[in-house]
Amino acid sequence: MSENMADKTYLSPDQRSEEKKKRNAPMSIILDGVLFENPALRLVLGTCPLLAITVSAKSSFFMGLAVIFVLVGSEFIISLLKNMIPRRVRIPAFITIIAGFVTIVEFVISAYLPALNESLSIYIQLIVVNCVVLARAESFASKRPAHFAALDGLSMGAGFMLALLLIGSIREIIGAGSIFDIGIPLFGAKIFGETIEPIAFFTSNPGGFFVYGLCICLSQIVMRQIEKNRKHKANAQNQPMPSGAGCSSCGACPMADLKAESGVK
Amino acid sequence: MVQSMMIILFSAILVNNFVLSKFLGICAFLGVSKSIKPAMSMSAAVIVVMLASTAITWPIQYYILVPLDIGFLQTLVFILVIASLVQMIEMVMRKLAPPLHKALGIYLPLITTNCAVLGLTLLNITAEYTFLESIVHALGAGVGFALALFLFSGVRTRLEKADVPDALKGLPITLIAASLVAVSFGGFAGLIENLFQR
Repeated sequence: MSENMADKTYLSPDQRSEEKKKRNAPMSIILDGVLFENPALRLVLGTCPLLAITVSAKSSFFMGLAVIFVLVGSEFIISLLKNMIPRRVRIPAFITIIAGFVTIVEFVISAYLPALNESLSIYIQLIVVNCVVLARAESFASKRPAHFAALDGLSMGAGFMLALLLIGSIREIIGAGSIFDIGIPLFGAKIFGETIEPIAFFTSNPGGFFVYGLCICLSQIVMRQIEKNRKHKANAQNQPMPSGAGCSSCGACPMADLKAESGVK
Repeated sequence: MVQSMMIILFSAILVNNFVLSKFLGICAFLGVSKSIKPAMSMSAAVIVVMLASTAITWPIQYYILVPLDIGFLQTLVFILVIASLVQMIEMVMRKLAPPLHKALGIYLPLITTNCAVLGLTLLNITAEYTFLESIVHALGAGVGFALALFLFSGVRTRLEKADVPDALKGLPITLIAASLVAVSFGGFAGLIENLFQR
């Protein structure tokens, strides 16, 4: 983090505009959302629905879809309205817009997928206070043009959904011996004369914390390796490192200390 | 009557603990549990806001939204009510009780986006509680939040001194510790049936 900041201060105006262009480029927005600034594993946002929903791959998938829809819609609208919303009342205004999209999702799900409504229950409505949505509205949509904001919503949503699917599949495979409700032949089959029982711990509540912790740890290791390589390359070509906006601008997060400690942006 | 109240209260505190079994308010649970004192201040603020927002959203649901048949505005109305309520509590507290504001003030804005509060008000409606039951449920939820935070901050202070592998530092090890605390709460599972519903 501090290195990135130091990099920024020594950039010439030329380089700075170049970096800005790079940050606005569609490809880097997609990569940031899905990989480098993955909202669930890197920015650690929206933990509550994540832990509650990921008991199965199926509910993770639908929750991911709902979050993508709300993110794209609200970021697009907020970006269009960014010059009309007074700065002092922006958070209530953002929440109102987000709540509108959440209500749409709620209607669609209760009309077409009533069974899903049971399993996702109040967590769909709680997307309103999901910090992924609010943080992107605050740190991206209120500053960039609308088409980039919609793209950012899509990539952030996709990143969130991929993380949900990852955690959901791990928990469902180990905890219930199935994936998307389809049984995996390995479990319940006789190997070495004994059957393998699925470990129910992983679908229980404590298992959620446990798997999420391990997934963050894994992503940390992978990202450290990637960043090391990137730095190597950047030094060789004498180019500044691209640095993301992160979520530090949002003052509503009580986890700032913890994130800094584990090197999360 | 008293028995059903007790069931609601204790199941909200122990069995259906908001943090550890419903996953509501995780951000605050992980973020403010570093030491016991701020954890307790945060819990006090959460209990106050939970009680107040339940006392306001319940009448709004049954005397405004339902008669006018605009139940679809529930999410929007509830979050705006909670946000303005938190703002108001902060202003009143600053005026009337400056020392209290000093202790709790910085935690109040964090509560607006705390899903435990919105989740509680929504659950009161989906569970079809009466007004009194809702208030008791809110109290149970708040006390349960405080209990989880109290226990977890004890664990966290021990964790500070532990030698943790580099990749697990910070969030991952905290989440794994939370998992262990959640396991211990699993022990309360059959409690209510055996205590009250004989």
